[in-house]
Amino acid sequence: MSRDLSYNAVMARRGEIMKKALGIEYDEFIQSEIAFDYEGMMEKAGYSLDKVRQIQQQTGVGNTPLLELKNITRLVRKTSKKGYGASILVKDEAANPSGSFKDRRASVSVYHAKKLGYPGVLAATSGNYGAAVASQANMMNLGCIIVQEVFDSRHLGQPEIIEKSRKCEAYGAEVVQLTVGPELFYSALIMLEETGYFNASLYSPFGISGVETLGYELVEQVRARYGKDPAYIVVTHAGGGNVTGTARGALKAGAVNSNIIGASVDLSGLHMASDIDFNKKSFTTGHTGFGVPFATWPDRTDVPKNAARPLRYLDRYVTVTQGEVFYVTEALAHVEGLERGPAGNTSLAAAIPLARQLPEDEIVVVQETEYTGAGKHPQAQLDFARRNGVKVIRGEPKQNVPGKVIAIPENFSQLDITEMDLERMRRSYIRNAVTRNNVTEVTQEELGFLAEDAKASPAFVASVLEGLGVKV
Amino acid sequence: MSEACKQGEWVEIHYVVLKPEERSHDVPDDTKKVPLECWIKGWALSSGTTGGQIEIRTPANRIVKGTLTRVNPGYAHTFGPGVPELSSVGRELKAMLKEGN
Repeated sequence: MSRDLSYNAVMARRGEIMKKALGIEYDEFIQSEIAFDYEGMMEKAGYSLDKVRQIQQQTGVGNTPLLELKNITRLVRKTSKKGYGASILVKDEAANPSGSFKDRRASVSVYHAKKLGYPGVLAATSGNYGAAVASQANMMNLGCIIVQEVFDSRHLGQPEIIEKSRKCEAYGAEVVQLTVGPELFYSALIMLEETGYFNASLYSPFGISGVETLGYELVEQVRARYGKDPAYIVVTHAGGGNVTGTARGALKAGAVNSNIIGASVDLSGLHMASDIDFNKKSFTTGHTGFGVPFATWPDRTDVPKNAARPLRYLDRYVTVTQGEVFYVTEALAHVEGLERGPAGNTSLAAAIPLARQLPEDEIVVVQETEYTGAGKHPQAQLDFARRNGVKVIRGEPKQNVPGKVIAIPENFSQLDITEMDLERMRRSYIRNAVTRNNVTEVTQEELGFLAEDAKASPAFVASVLEGLGVKV
Repeated sequence: MSEACKQGEWVEIHYVVLKPEERSHDVPDDTKKVPLECWIKGWALSSGTTGGQIEIRTPANRIVKGTLTRVNPGYAHTFGPGVPELSSVGRELKAMLKEGN
Protein backbone atom coordinates (compact mmCIF):
# COMPACT_ATOMS: atom_id res chain seq x y z
CA MET A 1 0.00 0.00 0.00
CA SER A 2 1.63 3.24 -1.01
CA ARG A 3 -0.24 6.45 -0.66
CA ASP A 4 0.81 9.64 -2.42
CA LEU A 5 1.78 11.84 0.52
CA SER A 6 2.56 15.00 -1.44
CA TYR A 7 0.78 18.13 -0.24
CA ASN A 8 -1.51 18.40 -3.26
CA ALA A 9 -2.41 14.70 -3.32
CA VAL A 10 -3.31 14.60 0.38
CA MET A 11 -5.32 17.83 0.19
CA ALA A 12 -7.19 16.41 -2.81
CA ARG A 13 -8.21 13.44 -0.64
CA ARG A 14 -9.32 15.66 2.24
CA GLY A 15 -13.07 15.20 1.70
CA GLU A 16 -12.79 11.43 1.69
CA ILE A 17 -10.41 11.32 4.69
CA MET A 18 -12.62 13.65 6.71
CA LYS A 19 -15.78 11.71 5.96
CA LYS A 20 -14.17 8.53 7.27
CA ALA A 21 -12.71 10.32 10.29
CA LEU A 22 -15.93 12.04 11.36
CA GLY A 23 -18.70 9.70 10.30
CA ILE A 24 -21.05 12.57 9.51
CA GLU A 25 -22.91 12.75 6.22
CA TYR A 26 -22.83 16.51 5.79
CA ASP A 27 -24.52 16.19 2.38
CA GLU A 28 -27.73 15.37 4.20
CA PHE A 29 -27.87 18.92 5.61
CA ILE A 30 -26.50 20.93 2.71
CA GLN A 31 -29.34 22.66 0.87
CA SER A 32 -27.41 24.71 -1.67
CA GLU A 33 -24.01 26.34 -2.17
CA ILE A 34 -24.88 28.87 0.50
CA ALA A 35 -27.57 27.39 2.70
CA PHE A 36 -27.60 24.36 5.00
CA ASP A 37 -29.88 23.06 7.72
CA TYR A 38 -27.91 24.16 10.78
CA GLU A 39 -30.44 23.16 13.43
CA GLY A 40 -31.06 19.87 11.63
CA MET A 41 -27.34 19.14 11.70
CA MET A 42 -27.06 20.02 15.40
CA GLU A 43 -30.03 17.84 16.22
CA LYS A 44 -29.37 14.80 14.06
CA ALA A 45 -25.56 14.66 14.02
CA GLY A 46 -25.03 15.87 17.59
CA TYR A 47 -26.47 14.88 20.95
CA SER A 48 -29.33 16.29 23.01
CA LEU A 49 -28.58 18.39 26.07
CA ASP A 50 -29.80 15.61 28.37
CA LYS A 51 -27.61 13.04 26.67
CA VAL A 52 -24.59 15.35 26.84
CA ARG A 53 -25.15 15.89 30.58
CA GLN A 54 -25.24 12.14 31.02
CA ILE A 55 -22.03 11.64 29.00
CA GLN A 56 -20.25 14.36 30.96
CA GLN A 57 -21.38 12.98 34.29
CA GLN A 58 -19.63 9.70 33.44
CA THR A 59 -16.26 11.44 33.04
CA GLY A 60 -16.48 14.07 35.75
CA VAL A 61 -16.96 16.96 33.35
CA GLY A 62 -19.11 19.99 34.16
CA ASN A 63 -21.12 20.98 37.23
CA THR A 64 -18.35 23.42 38.01
CA PRO A 65 -18.73 25.98 40.82
CA LEU A 66 -20.12 29.44 40.11
CA LEU A 67 -18.15 31.86 42.26
CA GLU A 68 -19.12 35.42 43.15
CA LEU A 69 -16.10 37.70 42.78
CA LYS A 70 -16.96 39.91 45.75
CA ASN A 71 -13.74 41.91 45.92
CA ILE A 72 -13.54 42.51 42.19
CA THR A 73 -17.20 43.60 42.28
CA ARG A 74 -16.31 46.04 45.08
CA LEU A 75 -13.48 47.43 42.96
CA VAL A 76 -15.89 47.77 40.05
CA ARG A 77 -18.34 49.74 42.25
CA LYS A 78 -15.56 51.96 43.53
CA THR A 79 -14.80 52.88 39.92
CA SER A 80 -18.42 53.23 38.68
CA LYS A 81 -20.95 56.03 38.94
CA LYS A 82 -23.21 55.82 42.01
CA GLY A 83 -25.59 52.87 41.98
CA TYR A 84 -23.72 51.14 39.17
CA GLY A 85 -21.47 48.10 39.08
CA ALA A 86 -23.17 44.74 38.57
CA SER A 87 -22.06 41.68 40.54
CA ILE A 88 -19.48 39.64 38.64
CA LEU A 89 -19.66 35.85 38.89
CA VAL A 90 -17.26 33.38 37.35
CA LYS A 91 -17.84 29.81 36.28
CA ASP A 92 -14.75 28.01 37.55
CA GLU A 93 -14.18 25.79 34.55
CA ALA A 94 -10.63 25.09 35.71
CA ALA A 95 -12.34 22.54 37.99
CA ASN A 96 -12.89 20.24 35.01
CA PRO A 97 -10.63 17.13 34.84
CA SER A 98 -7.98 18.62 32.53
CA GLY A 99 -8.38 22.19 33.78
CA SER A 100 -10.57 24.00 31.28
CA PHE A 101 -14.01 24.13 29.67
CA LYS A 102 -12.52 22.24 26.75
CA ASP A 103 -13.28 19.00 28.59
CA ARG A 104 -16.92 19.65 27.74
CA ARG A 105 -16.05 19.85 24.07
CA ALA A 106 -13.78 16.82 24.13
CA SER A 107 -16.10 14.58 26.17
CA VAL A 108 -18.78 14.29 23.50
CA SER A 109 -16.34 13.74 20.61
CA VAL A 110 -14.44 11.07 22.48
CA TYR A 111 -17.65 9.38 23.62
CA HIS A 112 -18.84 9.35 20.02
CA ALA A 113 -15.52 7.96 18.74
CA LYS A 114 -15.73 5.16 21.30
CA LYS A 115 -19.32 4.38 20.41
CA LEU A 116 -18.49 4.15 16.72
CA GLY A 117 -15.51 1.86 17.38
CA TYR A 118 -12.65 4.13 16.33
CA PRO A 119 -9.28 3.02 17.79
CA GLY A 120 -8.33 6.54 18.83
CA VAL A 121 -8.90 10.26 18.48
CA LEU A 122 -6.84 12.99 16.84
CA ALA A 123 -7.14 16.72 17.39
CA ALA A 124 -5.28 19.54 15.70
CA THR A 125 -4.96 22.20 18.39
CA SER A 126 -2.34 24.19 20.26
CA GLY A 127 -4.79 25.02 23.02
CA ASN A 128 -6.26 23.51 26.17
CA TYR A 129 -8.37 21.34 23.90
CA GLY A 130 -5.42 18.98 23.35
CA ALA A 131 -5.16 18.12 27.04
CA ALA A 132 -8.94 17.74 27.21
CA VAL A 133 -9.00 15.23 24.34
CA ALA A 134 -6.02 13.35 25.79
CA SER A 135 -7.63 13.17 29.22
CA GLN A 136 -11.00 12.03 27.89
CA ALA A 137 -9.32 9.49 25.58
CA ASN A 138 -7.65 7.89 28.61
CA MET A 139 -11.01 7.61 30.38
CA MET A 140 -12.42 5.86 27.31
CA ASN A 141 -9.35 3.67 26.64
CA LEU A 142 -8.67 5.19 23.23
CA GLY A 143 -5.40 6.18 21.58
CA CYS A 144 -4.71 9.88 21.14
CA ILE A 145 -2.69 12.12 18.83
CA ILE A 146 -2.51 15.88 19.31
CA VAL A 147 -1.08 17.94 16.45
CA GLN A 148 0.19 21.33 17.58
CA GLU A 149 1.68 24.46 16.05
CA VAL A 150 4.48 25.12 18.53
CA PHE A 151 7.65 26.64 17.11
CA ASP A 152 8.90 29.36 14.79
CA SER A 153 11.74 28.57 12.37
CA ARG A 154 14.27 29.20 15.19
CA HIS A 155 12.69 26.27 17.12
CA LEU A 156 11.48 28.81 19.65
CA GLY A 157 8.08 28.16 21.19
CA GLN A 158 5.90 30.25 23.44
CA PRO A 159 5.96 28.97 26.99
CA GLU A 160 2.15 28.78 26.98
CA ILE A 161 2.17 26.29 24.10
CA ILE A 162 5.15 24.32 25.42
CA GLU A 163 3.12 23.79 28.59
CA LYS A 164 0.17 22.62 26.56
CA SER A 165 2.44 20.07 24.81
CA ARG A 166 3.72 18.90 28.18
CA LYS A 167 0.24 18.42 29.55
CA CYS A 168 -0.80 16.26 26.58
CA GLU A 169 2.36 14.18 27.01
CA ALA A 170 1.61 13.89 30.72
CA TYR A 171 -1.57 12.06 29.69
CA GLY A 172 0.49 9.80 27.44
CA ALA A 173 -0.76 11.23 24.15
CA GLU A 174 1.40 11.36 21.04
CA VAL A 175 2.20 15.02 20.50
CA VAL A 176 3.22 16.14 17.04
CA GLN A 177 4.94 19.52 17.36
CA LEU A 178 5.11 21.58 14.18
CA THR A 179 6.47 24.92 13.10
CA VAL A 180 4.12 27.72 12.04
CA GLY A 181 1.80 27.22 9.13
CA PRO A 182 -1.67 26.17 8.08
CA GLU A 183 -0.24 22.93 6.64
CA LEU A 184 -0.72 21.53 10.13
CA PHE A 185 -3.99 20.38 8.63
CA TYR A 186 -2.12 18.42 5.97
CA SER A 187 -0.08 16.64 8.64
CA ALA A 188 -3.26 15.84 10.56
CA LEU A 189 -4.87 14.37 7.42
CA ILE A 190 -1.89 12.06 6.84
CA MET A 191 -2.12 10.77 10.40
CA LEU A 192 -5.89 10.31 10.25
CA GLU A 193 -5.44 8.24 7.13
CA GLU A 194 -2.61 6.23 8.65
CA THR A 195 -4.28 5.46 11.99
CA GLY A 196 -8.00 5.39 11.19
CA TYR A 197 -8.51 7.63 14.22
CA PHE A 198 -11.58 9.81 14.77
CA ASN A 199 -11.15 13.51 14.01
CA ALA A 200 -12.08 15.18 17.31
CA SER A 201 -12.60 18.44 15.47
CA LEU A 202 -13.31 21.54 17.52
CA TYR A 203 -15.97 22.41 14.99
CA SER A 204 -18.16 19.31 14.74
CA PRO A 205 -21.67 19.24 16.22
CA PHE A 206 -20.27 17.02 19.02
CA GLY A 207 -17.82 19.63 20.19
CA ILE A 208 -20.39 22.39 20.18
CA SER A 209 -23.16 20.43 21.86
CA GLY A 210 -20.63 19.63 24.60
CA VAL A 211 -20.41 23.34 25.48
CA GLU A 212 -24.18 23.78 25.66
CA THR A 213 -24.18 22.36 29.19
CA LEU A 214 -21.97 25.28 30.26
CA GLY A 215 -24.53 27.89 29.23
CA TYR A 216 -27.38 25.83 30.62
CA GLU A 217 -25.68 25.21 33.99
CA LEU A 218 -24.68 28.79 34.57
CA VAL A 219 -28.23 30.04 33.99
CA GLU A 220 -29.59 27.38 36.35
CA GLN A 221 -27.02 28.31 39.02
CA VAL A 222 -27.66 32.06 38.76
CA ARG A 223 -31.42 31.53 38.97
CA ALA A 224 -31.17 29.23 41.98
CA ARG A 225 -29.00 31.67 43.91
CA TYR A 226 -30.23 35.10 42.78
CA GLY A 227 -33.72 34.41 41.46
CA LYS A 228 -33.02 36.09 38.12
CA ASP A 229 -31.17 35.70 34.85
CA PRO A 230 -27.76 37.23 34.18
CA ALA A 231 -27.88 40.50 32.26
CA TYR A 232 -24.63 39.69 30.47
CA ILE A 233 -22.85 36.43 29.78
CA VAL A 234 -19.28 37.27 28.78
CA VAL A 235 -17.48 34.66 26.70
CA THR A 236 -13.85 34.57 25.57
CA HIS A 237 -14.10 34.34 21.81
CA ALA A 238 -11.60 32.66 19.49
CA GLY A 239 -12.80 29.99 17.06
CA GLY A 240 -16.45 30.55 17.96
CA GLY A 241 -17.30 27.29 19.72
CA ASN A 242 -17.31 28.78 23.19
CA VAL A 243 -19.72 31.55 22.16
CA THR A 244 -21.94 29.23 20.12
CA GLY A 245 -22.20 26.41 22.66
CA THR A 246 -22.67 28.69 25.67
CA ALA A 247 -25.32 30.79 23.93
CA ARG A 248 -27.22 27.74 22.74
CA GLY A 249 -27.20 26.32 26.26
CA ALA A 250 -28.38 29.59 27.80
CA LEU A 251 -31.19 29.76 25.24
CA LYS A 252 -32.16 26.16 26.00
CA ALA A 253 -32.42 27.23 29.64
CA GLY A 254 -34.78 29.99 28.48
CA ALA A 255 -32.45 32.92 29.24
CA VAL A 256 -33.64 34.82 26.20
CA ASN A 257 -32.91 38.24 27.68
CA SER A 258 -29.30 37.58 28.69
CA ASN A 259 -26.90 39.32 26.32
CA ILE A 260 -24.14 37.17 24.88
CA ILE A 261 -20.99 39.28 24.74
CA GLY A 262 -17.88 37.91 23.06
CA ALA A 263 -14.49 39.17 24.22
CA SER A 264 -11.11 38.78 22.50
CA VAL A 265 -7.62 40.08 23.09
CA ASP A 266 -6.77 42.64 20.43
CA LEU A 267 -3.97 41.27 18.26
CA SER A 268 -4.81 43.31 15.20
CA GLY A 269 -1.96 43.70 12.75
CA LEU A 270 -0.28 40.37 13.54
CA HIS A 271 -0.53 37.68 10.86
CA MET A 272 -1.47 34.31 12.34
CA ALA A 273 0.49 32.23 9.81
CA SER A 274 3.60 34.42 9.84
CA ASP A 275 6.83 32.86 11.05
CA ILE A 276 8.03 36.26 12.31
CA ASP A 277 4.78 37.39 13.96
CA PHE A 278 4.21 34.01 15.63
CA ASN A 279 6.27 34.77 18.71
CA LYS A 280 5.31 38.45 18.87
CA LYS A 281 1.94 37.41 20.26
CA SER A 282 1.75 37.03 23.99
CA PHE A 283 -1.59 35.25 23.78
CA THR A 284 -2.00 32.12 21.74
CA THR A 285 -5.78 31.96 21.99
CA GLY A 286 -8.82 34.09 22.79
CA HIS A 287 -7.61 36.75 20.40
CA THR A 288 -8.89 38.63 17.36
CA GLY A 289 -6.59 36.66 15.04
CA PHE A 290 -9.09 33.82 15.41
CA GLY A 291 -12.12 35.76 16.65
CA VAL A 292 -12.66 37.93 13.60
CA PRO A 293 -11.96 35.49 10.73
CA PHE A 294 -13.92 32.64 12.33
CA ALA A 295 -16.94 34.88 12.93
CA THR A 296 -16.94 36.38 9.45
CA TRP A 297 -16.30 33.07 7.70
CA PRO A 298 -16.88 30.01 9.93
CA ASP A 299 -16.48 27.45 7.13
CA ARG A 300 -12.71 27.76 7.01
CA THR A 301 -12.08 24.76 9.26
CA ASP A 302 -11.42 21.04 9.04
CA VAL A 303 -15.13 20.19 8.65
CA PRO A 304 -17.41 20.87 5.65
CA LYS A 305 -19.90 22.86 7.76
CA ASN A 306 -18.76 24.45 10.98
CA ALA A 307 -21.09 23.94 13.94
CA ALA A 308 -19.54 27.00 15.63
CA ARG A 309 -21.33 30.01 14.16
CA PRO A 310 -20.78 32.88 16.59
CA LEU A 311 -22.50 35.62 14.57
CA ARG A 312 -25.79 33.79 15.12
CA TYR A 313 -25.48 34.42 18.85
CA LEU A 314 -23.34 37.47 19.55
CA ASP A 315 -25.21 40.50 20.89
CA ARG A 316 -21.95 42.42 21.27
CA TYR A 317 -18.30 41.74 20.58
CA VAL A 318 -15.61 43.65 22.48
CA THR A 319 -11.83 43.60 22.64
CA VAL A 320 -9.39 44.13 25.48
CA THR A 321 -5.60 44.50 25.44
CA GLN A 322 -2.97 41.93 26.43
CA GLY A 323 -1.82 44.16 29.30
CA GLU A 324 -5.34 44.34 30.72
CA VAL A 325 -5.70 40.56 30.76
CA PHE A 326 -2.38 40.13 32.61
CA TYR A 327 -3.45 42.83 35.11
CA VAL A 328 -6.81 41.16 35.72
CA THR A 329 -5.07 37.79 36.12
CA GLU A 330 -3.05 39.35 38.96
CA ALA A 331 -6.25 40.83 40.42
CA LEU A 332 -8.02 37.46 40.38
CA ALA A 333 -5.15 35.83 42.26
CA HIS A 334 -4.48 38.63 44.73
CA VAL A 335 -7.96 39.79 45.72
CA GLU A 336 -10.08 36.70 44.99
CA GLY A 337 -7.58 33.96 45.82
CA LEU A 338 -7.99 32.29 42.43
CA GLU A 339 -4.84 31.68 40.40
CA ARG A 340 -6.24 31.05 36.93
CA GLY A 341 -5.50 31.84 33.29
CA PRO A 342 -4.13 34.10 31.85
CA ALA A 343 -5.81 33.56 28.43
CA GLY A 344 -9.08 32.38 29.95
CA ASN A 345 -9.32 35.67 31.84
CA THR A 346 -9.95 37.62 28.65
CA SER A 347 -13.67 37.57 29.38
CA LEU A 348 -13.03 38.69 32.97
CA ALA A 349 -11.04 41.69 31.72
CA ALA A 350 -14.02 42.63 29.55
CA ALA A 351 -16.57 41.91 32.27
CA ILE A 352 -15.15 44.61 34.57
CA PRO A 353 -15.89 47.60 32.30
CA LEU A 354 -19.11 45.90 31.17
CA ALA A 355 -20.31 45.57 34.80
CA ARG A 356 -19.75 49.32 35.25
CA GLN A 357 -22.39 49.93 32.57
CA LEU A 358 -25.07 48.12 34.62
CA PRO A 359 -26.90 48.94 37.90
CA GLU A 360 -25.69 47.23 41.07
CA ASP A 361 -28.54 44.72 41.18
CA GLU A 362 -27.68 43.17 37.82
CA ILE A 363 -25.49 40.12 37.23
CA VAL A 364 -22.61 39.60 34.83
CA VAL A 365 -21.32 36.06 34.36
CA VAL A 366 -17.80 35.31 33.17
CA GLN A 367 -18.26 31.80 31.85
CA GLU A 368 -14.79 30.29 32.19
CA THR A 369 -11.50 30.02 33.98
CA GLU A 370 -8.58 27.78 32.99
CA TYR A 371 -5.73 26.18 34.93
CA THR A 372 -2.45 28.03 35.40
CA GLY A 373 0.89 26.26 35.02
CA ALA A 374 4.55 26.76 34.25
CA GLY A 375 4.70 28.71 31.00
CA LYS A 376 1.00 29.45 31.18
CA HIS A 377 1.50 32.35 33.54
CA PRO A 378 1.81 36.17 33.29
CA GLN A 379 5.46 36.18 34.37
CA ALA A 380 6.51 33.51 31.89
CA GLN A 381 4.55 35.12 29.06
CA LEU A 382 5.73 38.67 29.76
CA ASP A 383 9.32 37.51 30.08
CA PHE A 384 9.02 35.74 26.73
CA ALA A 385 7.48 38.87 25.17
CA ARG A 386 10.33 41.00 26.44
CA ARG A 387 12.93 38.58 25.10
CA ASN A 388 11.23 38.76 21.70
CA GLY A 389 11.51 42.51 21.48
CA VAL A 390 8.12 43.50 22.91
CA LYS A 391 8.23 46.45 25.34
CA VAL A 392 6.48 45.86 28.68
CA ILE A 393 5.44 49.01 30.57
CA ARG A 394 2.94 50.29 33.13
CA GLY A 395 0.60 52.57 31.23
CA GLU A 396 -2.84 53.20 29.82
CA PRO A 397 -4.47 50.36 27.85
CA LYS A 398 -4.48 52.51 24.72
CA GLN A 399 -0.66 52.40 24.77
CA ASN A 400 -0.79 48.68 23.88
CA VAL A 401 0.42 47.91 20.35
CA PRO A 402 0.11 44.21 19.46
CA GLY A 403 3.58 42.76 18.91
CA LYS A 404 5.30 45.95 20.10
CA VAL A 405 4.06 47.23 23.47
CA ILE A 406 2.25 45.57 26.36
CA ALA A 407 0.95 48.18 28.80
CA ILE A 408 -0.07 46.88 32.22
CA PRO A 409 -2.76 49.32 33.47
CA GLU A 410 -1.65 51.79 36.16
CA ASN A 411 -4.93 51.43 38.02
CA PHE A 412 -8.19 49.51 38.06
CA SER A 413 -10.26 52.39 36.67
CA GLN A 414 -8.32 52.23 33.38
CA LEU A 415 -9.73 48.79 32.47
CA ASP A 416 -11.82 49.31 29.38
CA ILE A 417 -13.27 47.65 26.30
CA THR A 418 -13.32 48.53 22.63
CA GLU A 419 -16.59 47.77 20.93
CA MET A 420 -16.25 45.88 17.65
CA ASP A 421 -18.59 46.86 14.82
CA LEU A 422 -20.79 43.76 14.55
CA GLU A 423 -22.74 45.22 11.65
CA ARG A 424 -19.52 45.46 9.68
CA MET A 425 -18.71 41.85 10.58
CA ARG A 426 -22.18 40.73 9.46
CA ARG A 427 -21.57 42.50 6.16
CA SER A 428 -18.19 40.82 5.86
CA TYR A 429 -19.76 37.41 6.53
CA ILE A 430 -22.36 37.91 3.78
CA ARG A 431 -19.64 39.02 1.36
CA ASN A 432 -17.58 35.92 2.21
CA ALA A 433 -20.56 33.59 1.78
CA VAL A 434 -21.18 34.99 -1.70
CA THR A 435 -17.64 35.43 -3.00
CA ARG A 436 -16.17 32.20 -1.59
CA ASN A 437 -18.98 30.24 -3.20
CA ASN A 438 -18.76 32.25 -6.45
CA VAL A 439 -22.46 33.07 -6.33
CA THR A 440 -24.02 35.84 -8.44
CA GLU A 441 -27.63 35.16 -7.59
CA VAL A 442 -29.35 33.95 -4.40
CA THR A 443 -32.84 32.61 -3.78
CA GLN A 444 -35.23 33.92 -1.11
CA GLU A 445 -34.47 30.79 0.92
CA GLU A 446 -30.73 31.48 0.74
CA LEU A 447 -31.33 35.07 1.76
CA GLY A 448 -33.27 33.75 4.74
CA PHE A 449 -30.36 31.48 5.67
CA LEU A 450 -27.87 34.34 5.45
CA ALA A 451 -30.11 36.48 7.66
CA GLU A 452 -30.27 33.74 10.26
CA ASP A 453 -26.58 32.93 10.07
CA ALA A 454 -25.58 36.59 10.42
CA LYS A 455 -28.34 37.42 12.94
CA ALA A 456 -29.45 40.22 10.62
CA SER A 457 -32.76 41.30 9.13
CA PRO A 458 -33.62 40.09 5.61
CA ALA A 459 -33.69 43.76 4.56
CA PHE A 460 -30.11 44.22 5.81
CA VAL A 461 -28.95 41.11 3.91
CA ALA A 462 -30.76 42.28 0.77
CA SER A 463 -29.06 45.66 0.91
CA VAL A 464 -25.60 44.11 1.38
CA LEU A 465 -26.26 41.72 -1.53
CA GLU A 466 -27.36 44.62 -3.70
CA GLY A 467 -24.12 46.43 -2.88
CA LEU A 468 -22.21 43.34 -3.99
CA GLY A 469 -24.16 43.17 -7.26
CA VAL A 470 -25.79 39.87 -6.31
CA LYS A 471 -29.33 39.33 -7.59
CA VAL A 472 -32.08 37.94 -5.38
CA MET B 1 27.70 17.48 22.50
CA SER B 2 26.17 14.33 21.09
CA GLU B 3 24.09 11.99 23.20
CA ALA B 4 23.49 8.29 22.71
CA CYS B 5 20.28 6.36 23.24
CA LYS B 6 19.65 2.67 23.76
CA GLN B 7 16.86 0.73 22.12
CA GLY B 8 13.60 1.31 24.01
CA GLU B 9 14.59 4.69 25.47
CA TRP B 10 12.27 7.69 25.33
CA VAL B 11 13.62 10.07 22.69
CA GLU B 12 12.70 12.98 20.43
CA ILE B 13 13.19 13.05 16.67
CA HIS B 14 12.96 15.78 14.07
CA TYR B 15 12.12 15.77 10.38
CA VAL B 16 11.13 18.18 7.65
CA VAL B 17 7.47 17.75 6.63
CA LEU B 18 7.50 20.17 3.70
CA LYS B 19 10.47 21.89 2.08
CA PRO B 20 10.01 25.62 1.39
CA GLU B 21 9.11 24.93 -2.27
CA GLU B 22 6.49 22.35 -1.24
CA ARG B 23 4.58 24.67 1.09
CA SER B 24 0.99 25.80 0.58
CA HIS B 25 0.61 28.76 -1.78
CA ASP B 26 -1.37 30.77 0.79
CA VAL B 27 1.25 31.08 3.54
CA PRO B 28 2.83 34.51 4.09
CA ASP B 29 6.17 35.19 2.39
CA ASP B 30 8.28 34.91 5.55
CA THR B 31 6.79 31.48 6.30
CA LYS B 32 7.25 30.33 2.69
CA LYS B 33 11.00 30.83 3.00
CA VAL B 34 11.34 28.18 5.72
CA PRO B 35 10.43 24.49 5.84
CA LEU B 36 7.53 23.00 7.82
CA GLU B 37 9.32 21.05 10.54
CA CYS B 38 8.16 18.45 13.03
CA TRP B 39 9.31 17.03 16.38
CA ILE B 40 7.81 13.86 17.86
CA LYS B 41 8.69 11.81 20.93
CA GLY B 42 8.58 8.06 21.28
CA TRP B 43 10.59 4.96 22.12
CA ALA B 44 13.74 4.29 20.10
CA LEU B 45 13.55 1.14 17.98
CA SER B 46 17.35 0.88 17.95
CA SER B 47 20.34 2.49 19.59
CA GLY B 48 21.44 5.78 18.09
CA THR B 49 23.30 9.05 18.47
CA THR B 50 21.91 12.57 18.27
CA GLY B 51 22.26 13.89 14.75
CA GLY B 52 21.83 10.41 13.27
CA GLN B 53 18.71 8.84 11.74
CA ILE B 54 16.53 6.66 13.92
CA GLU B 55 13.08 5.06 14.00
CA ILE B 56 10.73 5.43 16.96
CA ARG B 57 7.47 3.89 18.06
CA THR B 58 5.13 6.70 19.13
CA PRO B 59 2.57 6.52 21.96
CA ALA B 60 -0.09 6.06 19.26
CA ASN B 61 1.88 3.06 18.01
CA ARG B 62 3.07 4.65 14.79
CA ILE B 63 6.58 4.08 13.50
CA VAL B 64 8.25 7.33 12.49
CA LYS B 65 11.75 8.01 11.20
CA GLY B 66 13.79 11.15 11.78
CA THR B 67 16.93 12.70 13.17
CA LEU B 68 17.53 11.96 16.83
CA THR B 69 17.47 15.29 18.69
CA ARG B 70 17.13 14.47 22.39
CA VAL B 71 17.37 11.46 24.68
CA ASN B 72 14.98 11.35 27.65
CA PRO B 73 13.69 14.82 26.72
CA GLY B 74 12.29 16.91 29.54
CA TYR B 75 10.78 20.36 29.91
CA ALA B 76 12.55 23.62 30.58
CA HIS B 77 9.62 26.07 30.63
CA THR B 78 9.11 27.85 33.93
CA PHE B 79 6.88 30.31 35.75
CA GLY B 80 9.31 32.98 34.61
CA PRO B 81 11.37 35.55 36.46
CA GLY B 82 9.78 38.37 38.43
CA VAL B 83 8.24 41.06 36.26
CA PRO B 84 8.58 44.52 37.88
CA GLU B 85 5.52 45.87 36.02
CA LEU B 86 3.34 43.22 37.71
CA SER B 87 4.89 42.93 41.14
CA SER B 88 2.92 45.71 42.84
CA VAL B 89 -0.49 45.18 41.20
CA GLY B 90 -1.83 42.98 44.01
CA ARG B 91 -0.69 45.40 46.73
CA GLU B 92 -2.28 48.35 44.91
CA LEU B 93 -5.63 46.58 44.60
CA LYS B 94 -5.64 45.50 48.25
CA ALA B 95 -4.96 49.12 49.27
CA MET B 96 -7.84 50.25 47.07
CA LEU B 97 -10.19 47.76 48.76
CA LYS B 98 -9.28 49.23 52.17
CA GLU B 99 -9.94 52.83 51.12
CA GLY B 100 -13.14 54.41 52.41
CA ASN B 101 -14.36 51.39 54.36
